[in-house]
Amino acid sequence: MLNVGKIEEGFVLDHIKAGKSLSIYEHLQLDKLDCTVAIIKNARSGKMGKKDILKVECDIDMLDLDVLAFIDHNITVNVIKNGEIVEKKELVLPKQIKNVIKCRNPRCITSIEQGLPHVFVLSDEKKEIYRCKYCEEKYSES
Amino acid sequence: MRHLMNPLDFSVEELDKLFALADDIEKDPAKYAHKCDGKILATCFYEPSTRTRLSFESAMTRLGGRVIGFSDAASSSASKGESVSDTIRIISCYADICAMRHPKEGAPMVAAEKSLIPVINAGDGGHQHPTQTLTDLQTIRSLHGDLNHFTIGLCGDLKFGRTVHSLINALVRYEGIKFIFISPEELKIPDYVTDMLREKGIPFQEVIRLEDVMPELDLLYMTRVQKERFFNEEDYVRLKDFYVLTKEKMELAKPDMLVLHPLPRVNEIAVEIDDDPRAAYFKQAQFGVYVRMALILTLLGLA
Repeated sequence: MLNVGKIEEGFVLDHIKAGKSLSIYEHLQLDKLDCTVAIIKNARSGKMGKKDILKVECDIDMLDLDVLAFIDHNITVNVIKNGEIVEKKELVLPKQIKNVIKCRNPRCITSIEQGLPHVFVLSDEKKEIYRCKYCEEKYSES
Repeated sequence: MRHLMNPLDFSVEELDKLFALADDIEKDPAKYAHKCDGKILATCFYEPSTRTRLSFESAMTRLGGRVIGFSDAASSSASKGESVSDTIRIISCYADICAMRHPKEGAPMVAAEKSLIPVINAGDGGHQHPTQTLTDLQTIRSLHGDLNHFTIGLCGDLKFGRTVHSLINALVRYEGIKFIFISPEELKIPDYVTDMLREKGIPFQEVIRLEDVMPELDLLYMTRVQKERFFNEEDYVRLKDFYVLTKEKMELAKPDMLVLHPLPRVNEIAVEIDDDPRAAYFKQAQFGVYVRMALILTLLGLA
């Protein structure tokens, strides 16, 4: 069993679906932060079988929780101070996300208009459906 | 400032007001002949659509206003690569209100975000065409007498037809409406529409043959079945006549059933039906002008 040490201040993202940690690393733009980041892949989990974990030593305000919630709102966000968990943040699906995903509809105005942000709006909270603000095309991962 | 992007941008109550205004314009056009004196409508049509553009131009002219604009992208600065955001900023300096048709979905919304004047979506690709829906609603309201309690048959291309989807979304806000979808399997109404109807507890039925349901209908909304939508010629030949409205089929209908069509018609309604008093599709074009007049007045704050 691989051991990764405690962090003093920052956050631990737990219960990430196995294999998804790198995509979260990218979406949260952790490569741009000058801090310690541990990516743990395929850790054993009683609940999930296998899971990924991300440990980031930085200020908690630097984390965009909306982006994280959009990717997977079942992730547990543990806020760490002085080496201890001081808070567990609940992720709520954001009403709107900007420039996180791109509209793939070739007929959408976002495909040609310069400088136009890619904005997706939560259209069905129960089914977790996001639609492009402009053409209303449903976002799907595949 | 208000824009019109989607027929649902207006509440049922707001639509009632708009339609009542359209009624009054129809009754007493002279009263409105100078309401827009000194005002300018810009028709920014990035793709040709003669009927819609002329309907808007007629509406503004009948209100005493003037019209400027372009009727295809080639004759606009879009051909030089200008963005929609830049174009609308310029148009905002030239006109008081803008009607925009664009082949890209969402383009009028981009315009509305940057505009200093009200923007009307006059059709954006396969997405929305709200003034067509308002026209359809006003036609039903005026000729059928009510937007509640009727059975409407929607016939033809129900898969790709944006006017159909838009009309259904607008009608589900009213009471006691039953939908009958008449189409070949290939052009069936999408699942998300039937799912939505089920969720709201709105009755609907899906059939293949128009004759089977004709006697039940209070309204029949016809659309064109295009050959290129079919996978093979054989299916097209086999099915196309099911979706052509003829005198024989009209004989099965109620004496007061109305036939609507967003136009242009190709051959899905036989010419022999044009003189039938139940044929409402040319009157629909007339209601389109009244509704656009009411819309221009409403968005300009002159209603």
